Amino acid sequence: MIYIAMATGFLLILIGFYGALTNRNLLRMIVAFSIADTGVNLVIISVGYLPGRTAPILDTTVTAAAAATRIIDPVPQALVLTAIVIGVGITALMLAYALKLYEKKRTLDIAKFTELKW
Amino acid sequence: MTGKSMIKRFLALLLLAGIGAMFASLLLAYVPDTDLNFTARYYAENTASDIGAANIVTAIIVTYRGLDTLGEVTVLFLASGIVGLVLSFGRKRDSTPRNLVPVGELLTTASQHLAPVIMLLGVYVFVNGHLTPGGGFQGGAIIASGMLLLLLSDPLKRFSHTLIATVESFSGIAYIALGLIGLVLAGGFLDSRILPNGILGELISAGAIPLIYSLIGLKVGAEFSSMLTSLSETEDL
Repeated sequence: MIYIAMATGFLLILIGFYGALTNRNLLRMIVAFSIADTGVNLVIISVGYLPGRTAPILDTTVTAAAAATRIIDPVPQALVLTAIVIGVGITALMLAYALKLYEKKRTLDIAKFTELKW
Repeated sequence: MTGKSMIKRFLALLLLAGIGAMFASLLLAYVPDTDLNFTARYYAENTASDIGAANIVTAIIVTYRGLDTLGEVTVLFLASGIVGLVLSFGRKRDSTPRNLVPVGELLTTASQHLAPVIMLLGVYVFVNGHLTPGGGFQGGAIIASGMLLLLLSDPLKRFSHTLIATVESFSGIAYIALGLIGLVLAGGFLDSRILPNGILGELISAGAIPLIYSLIGLKVGAEFSSMLTSLSETEDL
């Protein structure tokens, strides 16, 4: 189970990189980055998983005394929560810049933006 | 397909094969832990008695690593500010109304009925952040998704920037103020133990965590909403 989640995460990262490297449309590249971002999050979450354990929330079945032997690692989950939110901010920034670039050149083709090419 | 783009695609695939090989070696060598590591064990054993939050992830985010969360909210604030700044450059003020395709009865009616419920769900999620999965960031995102639904049903709708900015500033200042109160009354900056811990698993428990997380929820919701409105208010290209 843990390997399925981790392998899916790595696969999503590769799909995202492939999309970002081969697509020339800015919007498609942004979608590809989002996919790679999701893959990274999935890998981090799966690292914190311990077989046979449950979510880090205390209740009547997972009591505070037994927590250390019943729950999975909560730290990667807290990290991924941060990463998701920052990912949204990055995506919004990329979209805003893409919009501005389109306004300037009337195209979303990355090959048409040659100002920084040497 | 031309020869040049073929070469580019081949190089991209070569690079991906390299990265894929690295990932595969990581995956094959990975052995899941059987026990919590030192840090996780500390959180698991001490959250209930120290912080009183049923959701350990929330305890980490709001109290143990509260400073990081403040930084995260700041990053989000910067992102939404830069989105607004970038999009406002060269914006034409005297724009003619856009001719838009009508959105349809179904979406209009559904958004009128669903948007308040979605926002209520967002509030529920961040108020219960210390008990159930969820919290300020998730609740804020849900509130913003209600805003997105309203914008989808009526793209020309204009939300009050003053209201969004007021909510954002108020929640930001109150968040910092609560953190400073923690400096005086409890163990340090953003310490949630300025209020009694209460009984584990009840709505009013875990010290100031519900308060802090609600403020974070409002702030995140306002930030996402301001990004959405900035993007929706760009002129037709």
